[in-house]
Amino acid sequence: MNVDRITEKLNILADAAKYDVSCASSGSKRKNENKGLGNASNGICHSYTEDGRCVSLLKILLTNHCIYDCAYCVSRKSNDIKRAAFTVQEVIDLTINFYRRNYIEGLFLSSGIFKDADYTMERLVQVAKKLRTEHNFNGYIHLKSIPGASDELMREAGLYADRLSVNLEMPTEAGLKLLAPDKNRQDMIDPMDFLKKEIIQRTEEKKLFKKAPMFAPAGQSTQVIIGATPENDQQILQTANHFYKNFNLKRVYYSGYVPVLADTRLPGLNTQVPMVRENRLYQADWLMRFYGFNVNEIVNQQQPLLDLDIDPKLGWAIRNMHVFPIDINKADLKLILRVPGIGLLSAQKIVSARKFAQLNWENLKAIGVSVNRAKYFIVCKSSEFEKRDLTGTRIKQFILAESHSKYLKNTQTQLSIF
Amino acid sequence: MTRLVYDGTFEGLLTAVFEIYDRKLGAVNIQKSGDTNIAMFEEVLNVTTDEYRATRVLNGLRDRLSANGVQRVYIAHLAGIVNEENNIIGFIRYAFDAKQNIEENYGNRYVQRVSEIVKMMRREKHRMEAFIRFQKLQDETYYAVIEPDFNVLPLLIRHFRNRYADQKWMIYDIKRNYGLYYDLHDTEFISMEFSDVDSAVNVAASFNGDEEVYRHLWKNYFKSVNIASRKNTKLHLRHIPKRYWKHLTEKI
Repeated sequence: MNVDRITEKLNILADAAKYDVSCASSGSKRKNENKGLGNASNGICHSYTEDGRCVSLLKILLTNHCIYDCAYCVSRKSNDIKRAAFTVQEVIDLTINFYRRNYIEGLFLSSGIFKDADYTMERLVQVAKKLRTEHNFNGYIHLKSIPGASDELMREAGLYADRLSVNLEMPTEAGLKLLAPDKNRQDMIDPMDFLKKEIIQRTEEKKLFKKAPMFAPAGQSTQVIIGATPENDQQILQTANHFYKNFNLKRVYYSGYVPVLADTRLPGLNTQVPMVRENRLYQADWLMRFYGFNVNEIVNQQQPLLDLDIDPKLGWAIRNMHVFPIDINKADLKLILRVPGIGLLSAQKIVSARKFAQLNWENLKAIGVSVNRAKYFIVCKSSEFEKRDLTGTRIKQFILAESHSKYLKNTQTQLSIF
Repeated sequence: MTRLVYDGTFEGLLTAVFEIYDRKLGAVNIQKSGDTNIAMFEEVLNVTTDEYRATRVLNGLRDRLSANGVQRVYIAHLAGIVNEENNIIGFIRYAFDAKQNIEENYGNRYVQRVSEIVKMMRREKHRMEAFIRFQKLQDETYYAVIEPDFNVLPLLIRHFRNRYADQKWMIYDIKRNYGLYYDLHDTEFISMEFSDVDSAVNVAASFNGDEEVYRHLWKNYFKSVNIASRKNTKLHLRHIPKRYWKHLTEKI
């Protein structure tokens, strides 16, 4: 092995893949039944980079040669950068050897488009197939589904991969047309639709025949880039909601645009990465998937932007003060989940524990509720509760004044004047 | 107040519970032998671990708690946190004295504390599943050294045996001086005589031929995937606290 050459390739092709933020290695249920190597189940983050993002998979491009010229992408044809390509065997050796040392949960393989879609997809599938059939590898594999690749290849990919994904890239079609004129949104939706139907059909088969092979057991995901084009949060979350509902996606990832290229269509090179906005979008996404919120309750015509100062759950609560206060010892789980400062686990614990005895503030604190936030919205077994008739705006000020978030330095100095 | 001194084993703890009910003791203070501080005017009872008595208490617990509830008691004790036994005994006594299954009554301080310790254990177990870094040695054994906050090694067996079924591996807890070894068929606990801690940690002399290459590639990969303009040290440290760094290939 030529160590220097492999190192250079790895540096180039990992660097080019890092803007794809999908990192999940969970949701599959591939067991190690053949006394082979690895399994895929709940997902583990093996390390974290200095930007605080998780490293779970060996995330690389097969090559960064590309026939497209998308403005937002470092690997675009017209960008003057070093190009490299791995051989199928090199990717396999890296995956196996990293996996055996417990560095990673598996492989995330994407690629620039060289020659055409089928030619590229075929090589991605070949890596996955060899890992599964020749190396008894049961770790997690995430493959990109290349828009325009044949149904036959997509089907084969689903047999070897745990998850497949195709990136929408821009939240709306107009955004895509602006930055990637050679690409067509429909070309991205087609493979998603094909895989969705295929996954449904295979799941039915598996119910009937236990021995039927697994097909993309961890489902599909996608990614949209935030802040490169002018879409507002309402448009972004509506898009996400549409794909969750109609394509059974497991995840939509939001990738804050990192300015790496000078282009008049893009934000300038000195623009800050919209990290807070990205964080708020993920919080909103969680509310839709786990907390029973409808997308229109989070963003709508009157409220098209997420508040950057506070999280969207608190935002909803202060706009809907008529719902509160709720009695923690009586309210439905569904309603408890809507209280700022109470998470999924705490809500479940509350519902279990109140069967034994009425809960007071101390109990709630011990259970893990953030009482500083929740106290404005609940009553419990205590004569102490918020008796003033506070407006939502006032509550927001109180909570911000107590908050230590690094994003709020300015707000804090403003408030201390009072 | 009676002071109970036991041998630190789970059976010992269960035997102590038997003694409490057999002798109708009120308030007790239980400690592992070795952790004891002598206080004056205190009645001291040395608990002799007894399998029959321990089993009776365990069966009693099984009648009153779900399988998961019994496991929580076991895991809370396994953690090996000094002077935590009183809370575990408190939980067990509460379970025996109540008419119904109390394991989900998080309003009770013993139940809450046991659930907290179990949470700490699960987190540490999960961290080990993530942060263990194997090094391939000349005899093809994959070797890792750990220093977990709590005694989680026994909880790691299933995960690593399922995952690495086709390679020999060893995980050694240098803080508690025992390890786990898988020889392609069975896993067993082992204890080794290292001349000092450093010789257990630093095994570069026994590396397999390609070990240095993959360590180097992994470190490079780790650097390449970082996005400098998104640097967030606080978040980074929250995910990997510094005490874990010394055994992480990419951080040394």
